[in-house]
Amino acid sequence: MRIALLSDLHANREALSAVLRDAADAAADRYALLGDFVGYGAEPAWTVDRVRRLAADGAIVVRGNHDEAVVRGSRGSMRADARHSIDWTRAHLDAGQLAFLASLPMEHTEGSALYVHANAWEPARWAYIETRHDAVRSLQATACRYTFCGHMHEPMLYHLSSTGKAGEFRPVPGVAIPLPPHRQWLVIPGAVGQPRDNNPAACYALFDVEQALLTFRRVPYDHEAAAAKVRAAGLPQDLADRLLDGT
Amino acid sequence: MAPDDSAEPGVPGTEFEVGRVVDGFHLEARLHQGGMANLWTVTHARHPGPLLMKVPRLRKGEDPATIVGFEVEQMILPTLYGPHVPRFVARGDFTHRPYIVMERIEGPSLAPRAADAPLAFDEIVEVGARVAAAIHDVHRQHVVHLDIKPENVLLRADGTAVLVDFGLSHHDALPDLLAEEFRQPMGSWPYIAPEQIEYVRNDPRSDLFALGVMLYQFTTGELPFGEPRSTRALRRRLHVDPAPPRALRPDCPPWLQELILKCLEVEPARRFDTAALLAIALEDPRQVPLTLRAHKRSAGGWIARWRRRYFSWRPPDASPVPRSTRAQATKSPIILAAVDIADTGADLAVQVREMVRRIAITDPGARLACVSVLKTGLLSLDDYEDRRGVNRQVLHLAALKHWARPISKALNLDDGRLTFHVLESTDPAAALIEFAQRNGVDQIVMGARGHSAMRRYLGSVSSQVVAQAPCTVTVVRA
Repeated sequence: MRIALLSDLHANREALSAVLRDAADAAADRYALLGDFVGYGAEPAWTVDRVRRLAADGAIVVRGNHDEAVVRGSRGSMRADARHSIDWTRAHLDAGQLAFLASLPMEHTEGSALYVHANAWEPARWAYIETRHDAVRSLQATACRYTFCGHMHEPMLYHLSSTGKAGEFRPVPGVAIPLPPHRQWLVIPGAVGQPRDNNPAACYALFDVEQALLTFRRVPYDHEAAAAKVRAAGLPQDLADRLLDGT
Repeated sequence: MAPDDSAEPGVPGTEFEVGRVVDGFHLEARLHQGGMANLWTVTHARHPGPLLMKVPRLRKGEDPATIVGFEVEQMILPTLYGPHVPRFVARGDFTHRPYIVMERIEGPSLAPRAADAPLAFDEIVEVGARVAAAIHDVHRQHVVHLDIKPENVLLRADGTAVLVDFGLSHHDALPDLLAEEFRQPMGSWPYIAPEQIEYVRNDPRSDLFALGVMLYQFTTGELPFGEPRSTRALRRRLHVDPAPPRALRPDCPPWLQELILKCLEVEPARRFDTAALLAIALEDPRQVPLTLRAHKRSAGGWIARWRRRYFSWRPPDASPVPRSTRAQATKSPIILAAVDIADTGADLAVQVREMVRRIAITDPGARLACVSVLKTGLLSLDDYEDRRGVNRQVLHLAALKHWARPISKALNLDDGRLTFHVLESTDPAAALIEFAQRNGVDQIVMGARGHSAMRRYLGSVSSQVVAQAPCTVTVVRA
């Protein structure tokens, strides 16, 4: 079985379409969607519908902080631009789409793998895994051998040995990395809809379960069209710009 | 999902014994009980040829380096291919029954030759070039070996060098499981590079240092830094130059001392940029540019120590570790200019030279090897002197140098970046391809003859080179 790991779609239709095409070409037969389907991008309704269809076909889907914020609605304590983005997104989703987002679980465990948006130790508080120290904290909070999470938009791989030695690795796209299960592994595939490592191509990863081989992938897509839609929607200009630069 | 098994890696016990079959592999004989692993000869109905199975030795309380090193080899060996590594066949599930099966190289290793040192200079050159070619091939595949020593180099029947034991290696596109593991310099202490002592694991020039230690050993019968038993003794190589080979073996040619001491420089940037550059220097040692290294008669006093210590102290940006193994291996590309010296003034020869100039000027590290093929008759009645008693080799060499003169001046190629080679063969294309293979050439530039009638009779050398050369080929038409 080959699982395609997708995270941080952020209402980017062009990026999601390109990634799903690439995953199908790479013979993915299962999908895991790690949250943040909306926010930032211009096509929340299309994106949520696509995620719903994948869920109906058996995809693993968990909730992200942007999904939760849109479900709850904006509050006065939020920064003005965050409030604006949430209000805008809510206005573009119908009741069924909001109900779908509200129904998503915080995490999903299957076999020896944990799927979660932010981290394993307190998933509902959305703390980021920014350092090796954070990664160890998350790995120690679960018995699972594999943790697949998003939230961080840059692809990253962490590992922890049974003797407590931790390592981190900035992946090279297209290289199959063996992840033998006697170590614990934390995989951040990177953002589909808003990459931030100075490379505008969409990120995702493929995990071959039987062979325990992980491949990070980069998919060029029409990011200029996605940015133009963000601008046309009247969303903040810098949300369009960062799609062009991959920042 | 793979089973959630948090147990320690399995301890191979009785299941590995003569006559048993493990995952289809028939265990024939145990070869060796090493410190780290047991080696078995095995056969398999579906995998031809003699095979070797490596099983890690694990007992409770044993050094975890054993098992992590094994894990590293299981990760890296399957990514490698070509004649300079044993072909990977299979690996056993790490959690339950770890093993690796690979092609069995009959050997021998270079260890017996090291024991017989000092060796004849011809053999040192031959073996050095072969090991350098093997190292370069592995570097181009993103891997630094980090444990180059005579025991880990085996020779195939045709003399090709094969590197074995990738348990300490680093792959620049895979996680380095050893990087965080130990706080003790890893590797074979007589051979490891100064930067390895300081935990740098991603500089391919570390392998060149180790090869330099081997060449020193083959030349003198001694190890340049002895056999350190403490980390304090190990660190001496950061501060103290080795005794120059000529002090131990006075008939050692200056060019050989030059090459060895260049490999043993404390600062990686002062060694060869790539193993291919060492290989091509060994191809024709007379062209090695000699520096003060070539003529040293002693290790030097406090000034030499001060100098070595100065270069061993590496501020982060003064001597940066290369971006990646592959990037370093493709630095200083070797460009082969194939020159038809029959008519060096012809338009085609001029065009080839212009193309070479354009390529070389874009990369200040580029090396240029000018090659011409001296076509010998099949019956080989003609010897090197023609009827008038002129040595054809010498004529070819002079013509080559004449052809290269305009670019060697324009590009300031005098400092050893330009070499000349006259090959003899009945088959010019095969000779060029073989030269490119042996010397890790990155790009061949050659002309294509335009006259179709001529090509019909002679065949096209360039099309054969394009089809079979192991590198980029640029074909120039006048």
